[in-house]
Parts: sequence; structure tokens; C-alpha cells
Amino acid sequence: MSILVNKDTKVIVQGFTGKEGTFHAEQCMAYGTKIVGGVTPGKGGQEHLGQPVFNTVEEAVRATGATVSMIFVPPAFVSDAVMEAADAGISLAVIITEGAPVKDMMFAKAYAVKKDMMTIGPNCPGIITAEECKIGIMPGFIFKKGNVGLISKSGTLTYESANQVVKEGYGITTAVGIGGDPIIGLSYKQLLPMFEADPETHAIVMIGEIGGDLEIQAAAYIKEHITKPVVAFIAGQTAPAGKRMGHAGAIISGGAGTAAEKMAALEAAGVRVVVSPADIGKALAEVMKK
Amino acid sequence: MNIHEYQAKELFKKYNVPTLRGHIAFTPDEAVKAAQELGGNIWVVKAQIHAGGRGLGGGVKLAKSTSEVREMAAQILGMQLVTHQTGPEGKLVQKVYIEEGADIKKEYYLGLLLDRALEMPIMMASTEGGMAIEEVAHNTPEKIIKVSIDPLTGFQSFHGRKLAFGLGLPVEEINTFIKFASALYKVYMDHDAEMIEINPLVKTGDGKFLALDAKMGFDNNALYRQSQVNEMRDLSEEEPTEIEAGKFGLSYIKLDGDVGCMVNGAGLAMGTMDTINYEGGKPANFLDVGGSASAETVAKGFDIILKDPNVKAIFVNIFGGIVRCDRVANGIIEATKITNVNVPVIVRLDGTNAIEAAEILNNAGIANIVAATDLADGARKAVAAAKGE
Repeated sequence: MSILVNKDTKVIVQGFTGKEGTFHAEQCMAYGTKIVGGVTPGKGGQEHLGQPVFNTVEEAVRATGATVSMIFVPPAFVSDAVMEAADAGISLAVIITEGAPVKDMMFAKAYAVKKDMMTIGPNCPGIITAEECKIGIMPGFIFKKGNVGLISKSGTLTYESANQVVKEGYGITTAVGIGGDPIIGLSYKQLLPMFEADPETHAIVMIGEIGGDLEIQAAAYIKEHITKPVVAFIAGQTAPAGKRMGHAGAIISGGAGTAAEKMAALEAAGVRVVVSPADIGKALAEVMKK
Repeated sequence: MNIHEYQAKELFKKYNVPTLRGHIAFTPDEAVKAAQELGGNIWVVKAQIHAGGRGLGGGVKLAKSTSEVREMAAQILGMQLVTHQTGPEGKLVQKVYIEEGADIKKEYYLGLLLDRALEMPIMMASTEGGMAIEEVAHNTPEKIIKVSIDPLTGFQSFHGRKLAFGLGLPVEEINTFIKFASALYKVYMDHDAEMIEINPLVKTGDGKFLALDAKMGFDNNALYRQSQVNEMRDLSEEEPTEIEAGKFGLSYIKLDGDVGCMVNGAGLAMGTMDTINYEGGKPANFLDVGGSASAETVAKGFDIILKDPNVKAIFVNIFGGIVRCDRVANGIIEATKITNVNVPVIVRLDGTNAIEAAEILNNAGIANIVAATDLADGARKAVAAAKGE
């Protein structure tokens, strides 16, 4: 078991024939992901990487039965692509593109919710179910199969955490990079119950960062509903207030969204919070042995 | 990206958000000329920098004659204005805004920003005009009235009524306020603003509302379609090293420690700073070199980090995924040939081909490059090196 995606998940790629889309679609296929086609308006009828190209998402869905779309279109076209996927009946859109305007995501997400489509990202590494299905840009080999669920706002910290988990002798069920933009799709609060319900997931690692209050919401949810052990790290304890730390959403504004307040809330919810990201693996091993 | 008060007011004027008349001046002579053009017998001389709290810092002054305008402009222009938002070194004032006087009856606060939890804009109003809104929120949260505005339907009259009645405005002023707030929402949405703050919003003796001050910030991701806003960018208000880093696709923020950091990925870059702190050191910067970490970007990264004279060691922390560590290792060696690195460089490469990378670094025989085995080991070695151990 796993959450959201597995070896049978049928995936299309929006922005299939572009440079990024091509490179990563190929990597995903090599990992074992069932990429069943792609969409590039104007290139319908062609074949790319051995798979059919469609003009619209609707045609792609009708012809392939895909339920998930991986989106690589340039930032200015992200909201259009997300809404097209939602309109075509896609159930999960994984938005890899970095740099989408916040206003666009505000509209696109509201539309996706209305159409019952889940989204991951934007500006994220994607989602991977270990040794089954990779929909994103993460290096697949790090994610050995195991019993730990992983949710992270940061790409490289996802890899770092997974690597530490594996070095301790454990592995991953599914890892979800949710992205660090101000408006994102699935977040801790939606993903935690999925991991709680997944019998193969025995513990959860959650990586947060400064800005916003998603981690605080997660803490409240964990306290009430999560019985599995959770290990957390919040990046940006040493970040100055008012400065945007790389990710569009990673900013302490008006004194709110600090690492300290998030760490305190998680600790109060019974989460094992580590101060140094170098201790994620060790802490996970400890909670797994309990 | 932020703009100056006078620029925000230009945008306001185009949308019929009432402001006072004013002119920008770069010299005391221009300030006098601006006052003469405006006419009247009272003017306000306002320092234009990208920071709040200018009044308390001595950057906003009232003048009752044109000679006073000259005197005050001369005082303010060229000063290092220190406010609670500038840091102790302050910010150099290069221009002043000369504005006509106003008959102020009452001061309010009005702001617009994205509520990340609700995923829509919220408008906030308060009777505590002129105070820092963070303080009001902390001490007397009941004095802040908020409405969330669904972008699909936009600003409605009921939003305005809720704020106006919440502020205790008399019935005859409600419609004027709604018009003001509605126009402000349009300014916000049409320009991909991240926030607008009017503090204070004033009510004049004749029952009109005016934006006495104006602060605006924008979503950097949307600047490609906001040419007018882009033209308002004032590079002299931004950190020169941060601008230079941006030209090379690097994201750099200077901090006040002595351990330089070069990392791939924003989250890991923050995590690396935190690890250095945890190991007893102080990070000198945030630096995300992005995905490729080629010899050129790494060399540029070294250059930028070493512009800071406080840096005593550099910790390079790369988690190789799609980008292979052996390539990064070669990139680092190349970079040391392109640029002169005169401090110890601790390198931790993990992920794809990490073992080969360590061999490459060890075989290169560069005296000041030290390989580290993992994140904690790297941070420890970097902290020790910065302390001269």
C-alpha cells in the first residue's frame, strides 16, 4: 500500500514535448511510472517517447484513461493547465513548475477544488511511491521501499530526509513534496490522514519551513487524529524576519510564521521535533523502535 | 518587490483612490520648486525609502514656509534614516516627497494582503491609525476588523459596510468609504500586489477619506506581466550583492555570522544555516545555487560569499539528485581555479555518485578543501574552521 499513487496509476504529462517535460517524463518512465501520453497543444497526433501526444487534456483522458497529470508548462501558463486538467476530470495534478504568480494559483486552486481535483505544488519535486511510481523530478534511487511516509515543503530536504531514513535501515512508503509557495495544493492536514489510514506506513516525517501557518494547522490535526509517530523538522530557525528565503512563501511576516512557534506547536502535539536536520534519521529510528 | 510611497500613490491616483497632491524632489531646490507648484502655506517633507516608521526616525517633517521646506529637505536628503524596519545602519535617503497639507480629523488603518490559510485576499481596517499594525494585532486584536474577499466574486458592498460599521463611521460616510475600499481592492488585484498598507488612512474635516501614506509590495512571480510596476523598481533600495546574485540565478541573503554557506535548494539552504547554528557557529548567508551547481555558478557563489569580509570558512552542502556529485566536485575544483578562495572550504556531497566525488576532491590535492561525510560532520568542520581550530 501507499498513498495517492502506485504502480497502476496512469499519468499524462502537460508540457510533454518541452525540454523539462521530456527529460523528467523519461526519468519517470525509467523508474516504472505508467506515463500513458502527454499534451502539447498543436502537436496532437504525434508520438513522443513512444507515447501519444494530444492537443487537449480531455482527449488524452478519453484515449488513455489517465487519472493523474504531471504539469511542466511555463509559469505564465500554469493556471490554464491546472484548470484544463480539472475540467477534463483528472483527479490529481502534480505541478512541478516554479514561479507561477500567486494570483493565478488562487484562481486555479479554487477551480480545482470546485471540480474535485487534488493538486500538489506548484514549485515542488512531486510525489513518489517507492519502487512503484515517481511523478516528479526527485532522484528515484534514494527512495527505498519501507514504512515511513514523508511530507515536505522543500525538495532537497526531502532527499536529505529520505536518505537519512534509508541509512538508518528504514524506507519510504510515499513521499510528497508539497512545495513552498504561498498557495499550494495538498498540505500536511490533507496528507496526514492518508498516511494514518495506510497500513504500510508506520511513522511519518514532516519537513516544514518558516512562513504561513500550515505546520500549526498540522500540529492541531496531529494532536486530535494521528496515532502514528511523527518526526518533524522546521527549516529557517536562523532566518531573519521579513526576508524571503528562496521559496516564495518562506518569509516571517509581522512576526508570525517563525520556526520557533511551529516547533513549539508540534512539540505540544506530541511530535518528535529535531533542531538539526542532521538528526531526522536518528529521531525516526528512535520512534520506530518504541 | 516593494515601491516607494510616491509611486504607490501614482497607482492610487489612476484608480481614483484619493491621495494628496505631491511632487518628488532630489535636491532642496527641487523641494522648494515642488512646494511653490503645490501652493498653499503648509507642506509635508517625506523621506522616500523602502521602510516603515519613517516619521519616528525623523524622516517626515511639517514645513510652514518654503524656506522651511528647503531647510527640512536639506536635513533629510542624504541622511541615514534609521527605523524599526531598516536595521541599525539605516537607509540613505535620496529623494523626498513634498506633499500638500491636509485637514486631518481622524486617522485609521487600512490594509490588504493575501491570507494564506484562506487562500484569498483579506482587507483589514482599524481605528488605531498611525500605530504599527503588528502591535495593534498583538495588544488589542479586537480593534482590527477583517473581511476576506473571494477573488471569484471580488469586492462587494457588504465587505465595505462590515469594515465601515466596524470602524464606527457615521451612516453618511459609509458610501464614501466603500468607494475608497473598492477602488483599493482593484489596485491590489490589477497589479498582482502582495500587500497594500495605508497607515494612516485619514478622514478630513469635510468627511473625505485620503491615503496619507501608502506602502505596496508585489508578487515577484508576476512581475513579467506588470511592466508599469517593473519600471518603478528602485535598485538603490536593494542589497547590491543580492541583485548581483540574482543575475546569475543564485538566491543570496546576507546574514551576520562568519560561516559562509553554498547549498542547492532553498529548504536545505535554510536547514544548513540551522545546522551550523546548532553546532555552535553562525551562518554568514543564505545561498541557494539552484539545481545545476556548475563550475560557473559555484565560482560566482564563492565570489559573492567572499565579498563579505566576516566569512572565515565556507560550507558547500550539495545533495546530488539529478545532478551528479562527481560533476559538482569537478565544478568546485574548476571554481577554485576561476576565483581565488582564501578560506577553508568544507565540502559535503551526498546522493548520486557521492563516493566518486569524494575521491575526486581528495585526489585534487587542494589544500583548503576538506571533504565531509554528512551534514552534521560538514557543519562541525566548518564551524571549527571558522573558529581557526
